[in-house]
Amino acid sequence: MKWAIVRFPGSNCDEDARFALEKAGIKAEYVWHTETSLKGFDGVFLPGGFSYGDYLRAGALAAKSPVMEEVKRFAREGRWVLGVCNGFQVLTEAGILPGALLANLNLHFTCKEVGVRVERTDLPFTRLYQKGQVLRLPIAHAEGRYYADAETLARLEGEGLVVFRYAPLRGEADYNPNGSLNDIAGITNERGNVLGMMPHPERAVDEVLGGTDGLPLFLGLLEEVTA
Amino acid sequence: METLAQEIGIPETEYREMVKRLGREPNQVELFLFKVMWSEHCAYKNSRPLLKQLPKEGEAVLQGPGENAGVVRIGEGFAVAFKIESHNHPSAVEPFQGAATGVGGIIRDIMSMGARPIALLDSLRFGPPEDPRSRYLLKGVVSGIAHYGNAIGVPTVGGDLYFHEGYRENPLVNAMCLGLLREEHLRRSQASLGRPIYYAGAKTGRDGIGGAAFASRELAADKEEDRPAVQVGDPFLGKLLMEATLEAIEKDLVEGVQDMGAAGLTSSLSELAHKSGLGVELDLDRVPTRERDMGPIELLLSESQERMVLVPKEGKEKELEEIFKKWGLDCVPVARTIPERVFRVLYRGEVVAEVPTEALAEAPTYVRIGREDPEIQRLRETPLPPLTADPQEVLPRLLASPNLASREAVYERYDHQVGTRTALVPGKGDAAVLWIKGTHLAVAAKVDQNPRYSRLHPRLGAMHALAEACRNVSVVGARPLAYTDGLNLGSPETPEGYHELQETIAGLREASEALGVPVVSGNVSLYNESGGRRIPPTAMVGVVGVLDVRRRAEMGFRRPGEVIVLLGEEGGEFGGSEVLYLLAGLEAGHPPRLDLERERRVQEAIRELIALGLTRTAHDLAEGGFLVALAEMTFPYGLGATVEVRTPGLKALFGEAPSRILFTVAKEHLKEATFRLEELGLPYRVLGETGGQTLTVLTPEGVLEWRVQDLVEAWKKPLREVLDG
Repeated sequence: MKWAIVRFPGSNCDEDARFALEKAGIKAEYVWHTETSLKGFDGVFLPGGFSYGDYLRAGALAAKSPVMEEVKRFAREGRWVLGVCNGFQVLTEAGILPGALLANLNLHFTCKEVGVRVERTDLPFTRLYQKGQVLRLPIAHAEGRYYADAETLARLEGEGLVVFRYAPLRGEADYNPNGSLNDIAGITNERGNVLGMMPHPERAVDEVLGGTDGLPLFLGLLEEVTA
Repeated sequence: METLAQEIGIPETEYREMVKRLGREPNQVELFLFKVMWSEHCAYKNSRPLLKQLPKEGEAVLQGPGENAGVVRIGEGFAVAFKIESHNHPSAVEPFQGAATGVGGIIRDIMSMGARPIALLDSLRFGPPEDPRSRYLLKGVVSGIAHYGNAIGVPTVGGDLYFHEGYRENPLVNAMCLGLLREEHLRRSQASLGRPIYYAGAKTGRDGIGGAAFASRELAADKEEDRPAVQVGDPFLGKLLMEATLEAIEKDLVEGVQDMGAAGLTSSLSELAHKSGLGVELDLDRVPTRERDMGPIELLLSESQERMVLVPKEGKEKELEEIFKKWGLDCVPVARTIPERVFRVLYRGEVVAEVPTEALAEAPTYVRIGREDPEIQRLRETPLPPLTADPQEVLPRLLASPNLASREAVYERYDHQVGTRTALVPGKGDAAVLWIKGTHLAVAAKVDQNPRYSRLHPRLGAMHALAEACRNVSVVGARPLAYTDGLNLGSPETPEGYHELQETIAGLREASEALGVPVVSGNVSLYNESGGRRIPPTAMVGVVGVLDVRRRAEMGFRRPGEVIVLLGEEGGEFGGSEVLYLLAGLEAGHPPRLDLERERRVQEAIRELIALGLTRTAHDLAEGGFLVALAEMTFPYGLGATVEVRTPGLKALFGEAPSRILFTVAKEHLKEATFRLEELGLPYRVLGETGGQTLTVLTPEGVLEWRVQDLVEAWKKPLREVLDG
């Protein structure tokens, strides 16, 4: 199993993405954003960072990179696509996932550990979690407030496309760190092969780093193929 | 020309020295070259003779002071490059860009050594938080650090922040960066003869002209006028430049690397040539520009950000150009090394300047006569009033005081985990810990300094700074290897200012020798004064240590039923303490004495206990004394404790003293741990145990008790209100 990690100018969680994939036993290779083919890869990871310096809008310029045509093909053909943080922003800007990520309600970059509840466990990304399980995952973003119009939101909820929601870790009331609608932290598409999320599972894959709650997400991908 | 020299602030004696070294009058361009290269910021005219005293040797040292950064070996072929640098004057004028470009500049220094930047720490000093301008500066600086550090993808993992009246007019912003490298990738600022020198990165504009000289004088009352001297940072370009440069070094394409910082092309090229024992010929017509009709002085002095100088290995020029093309950056030869040891500048085909590189690099130095400010002596010798207060009420107030309140509202704005190396995030330990993935190695880093101690006793204050930074690194389980010093002081041209500089460096030397920790890099920022008021002498000491990542200690209580032990003695002093300031509004008295031999042994002891796996929780006692330290240990996981203090009085609870550490040990290991301490001949006291939701302290005067949750709230609120307000 081999994944591509797309590097846009300004991506900075590329190394973290690779660390997590390899930790789970998945081969990973960096792919420069000007590549026009992802042939030979089973999945593609759009990592976090500040692609194009977040100029214009977070993810807006990266969404026009040549490699994105291939990412769209992957999404269409049911291959795995994972976008984390800036990667999620790129997926919404490219129209691969609905909605948008707006500025956090506190209007500043926020880096901390949050609670993230697993809403679906029938996806390869989440098959190793328990439904309703609350994960401890780090966030690090300034624009992570999930927004969609009422109709889209109703469709997402109706079709069960919300995969992760912010949730209290110790009963705290202010558990939603950015003001996302319906506490949405991550969503998938209808086929369930594309996942976009603001929290960083790739930063929580080793005890040394303070937690391992992100690791099953990557291990789940591996099992999907070998099963 | 002498008139012009006077106008641009060159002292007459220095002008005569320039004429002597040139053997003629300098022309206008040359005069400006001297002006920036002989500025205090570039030349260390007042500090160099004093800095010579500092110990610089150590078995781990690969590169000492004099390069873009110091480098120490950490094992398994890895090394760490690190340095601290000030950006005080720009930050006082334009806090956001001042801080952002300070971060960008120190990152490029680290890259220049062939290292990948892996962590940032910031040492910040502002006036009191009640002052609106100090709040504005704090917010701007924090936003600037976040803007640059988060986007370039180097985690900000620690630092320190103090509020003090002495920084009201002169805030301090020092940034420290650590980079990781393989020993064989170590690069220096050097080139062989006849090599082309490439300019890489952003195009040159008119921003920041004269920044180095600007940083070397007192701030004018009307700071707005200085705005054009502040540079503008672009972390996106910085990121591209970093990746391209590191790729070139990894592929072994370059023999020399130098960042373009203060004094731009002039400083980077003339120093590169000087260090290589060569000259350099620079053709200004080849410099990429983004503004029209820039003159030779503007091109030479511009401090446009995100620029580097690279010397390709022979035959690797094309490959180097290809890499930068891929990253969308300019990378063009603008100069070449020549045998004559001169800095020769061509503009529109004509030689516009030709100065011996040695004349530029070796500015005259000054040794002055210092004299202690009698006002400081009076403060130090002031008898302190007796303090009476109810400790039940003092603790929450002390925890909410500006210098002790939680820094969470600040560090939450920094990405402290990007790079997946951060093994101890801010708030979890006394020092940051960064894991070297693929090994069991980790490095710990901490920057520290106490303005009250340093103001009252500059020498002792500097000793405390180094001792405490080393203690913080030891308390997470790391052996301190070396330090970088960011010296920030007032004008050396007054006897009082010079005395403080002398004493600060003497204190660092004494502590450095006793603790066996050498200096490998540093920065000096003088003239931090306005209207005759100097800042407290501020030696920000950044210590780097190495540890086994499997054996690291946090500061928070994690398991109920563990025994709490104080390594050191109960008691403490009120001189220069936070509690004295809180209760009496006084900064006076003699700061706590420091027994460096005891300090060294206490640090060794805690490292041994951690390495043996006897403790995983340790925290040093610093400002606020025993109760504050104990309370801080209950915060990370909300787990309380019950302890007994046997010494009566407020000093035992809030007095300050060095060489003291609180740690926990499982009951079954208590005997072994205390036996070790007895063997080492160190005093200790078993105080109580962890557990519950309260902090309960039995004292000879009665029982004190607080809900941990209440203390946490008191502690977190003040700075959040300042930053979010």
